[in-house]
Amino acid sequence: MKLQPIYIFLAISVVGLLFAWANTPKISTYEIVAKESQNSNDDYDKMMDVLTHPRCMNCHPSDHIPKQGDDSHPHYFGMARGEDDHGFEATNCNTCHQSENNLNSGVPGAPHWALAPASMAWEGLTRAEIAERLLDKSTNGNRSHKELVEHMTEDDLVLWAWEPGIHANGEQRTLPPVSKEDFKKAVENWFANGAVIPSK
Amino acid sequence: MEISLTVNGVLKTVAVTDVNTPLLWIVRDTLGLKGTKFGCGKAACGACTLHVDGEAVRSCSFPVKFAEGKEVTTIEGLGNRDNPHPVQQAWIAEIVPQCGYCQPGFMMATAALLNKVPNPTDEDIDKNIINVCRCGTYYRMRKAIHKAADLQLNRESNESKEL
Repeated sequence: MKLQPIYIFLAISVVGLLFAWANTPKISTYEIVAKESQNSNDDYDKMMDVLTHPRCMNCHPSDHIPKQGDDSHPHYFGMARGEDDHGFEATNCNTCHQSENNLNSGVPGAPHWALAPASMAWEGLTRAEIAERLLDKSTNGNRSHKELVEHMTEDDLVLWAWEPGIHANGEQRTLPPVSKEDFKKAVENWFANGAVIPSK
Repeated sequence: MEISLTVNGVLKTVAVTDVNTPLLWIVRDTLGLKGTKFGCGKAACGACTLHVDGEAVRSCSFPVKFAEGKEVTTIEGLGNRDNPHPVQQAWIAEIVPQCGYCQPGFMMATAALLNKVPNPTDEDIDKNIINVCRCGTYYRMRKAIHKAADLQLNRESNESKEL
């Protein structure tokens, strides 16, 4: 008796399916790995979404000139870093900026208003380069991971990003794309998980 | 609420309904010192510049609550006809003002600069004197700032000789 080709094909297919089913790992194994990996990158991405937003980046310039607005244009009136990150001798940050936002004039303000030190210049850097500078004690103000977490989650000037007040035209300044609470959690988680820079 | 501050050497206590009222309006409307001018209301033009504890501030954007217990100096307190400040002397000598509206702010900014940089270069002036003058008196102001620096240095030199 001669077997029909169709029966041979069906038999091979059934054997193949049984083999594939037997060697398929349990789905739960993949779920755990994928979840951990995704969370780690999520924390990094959320943190970087904030750090690269104009509310943060405008005061981390690479050319010593503070920036303004969502278009990050150079600060009006020729203001610049000066000797101590506070502008010039007689015309400095506090000539106009106080310790809180001014809702009459639209001038923003927060405690210790100043440019970030030149070593913390992030403007124009990639996310990975920013993260490297953030973690490097020679460029982060000699801060440990613990001190960085405190700085990024408790400092009034950092948290000003979520209460930036109004522009001179009365319109609300835009907020970072991540909520303050989510940013704090992301920073804490990222450092708790080893502060791994994903591209590395 | 009452706010106490020293204005041109005299202790003043003012009643305010809103502690965020700009110091400019307290100085002009409550205390009647009209030398300090309102220009833009956005801390941009500098016409409202006065000193708080010796530092130049834009009083249109300076809540009066932050002046509590502080020393405020306005153009009226910088000097007077009998004893003008070197900046005022220089401004007269160089005939700086045109319409004059912005000049008190420039003079207060200049006085603050000379306290920090007694002999400023043109670069120092460009960096620190960033007020706005619609009449364009910048050229005469630059000459007056250099003259004021000379006058102030001479005055300090003479005072030290007298001691």
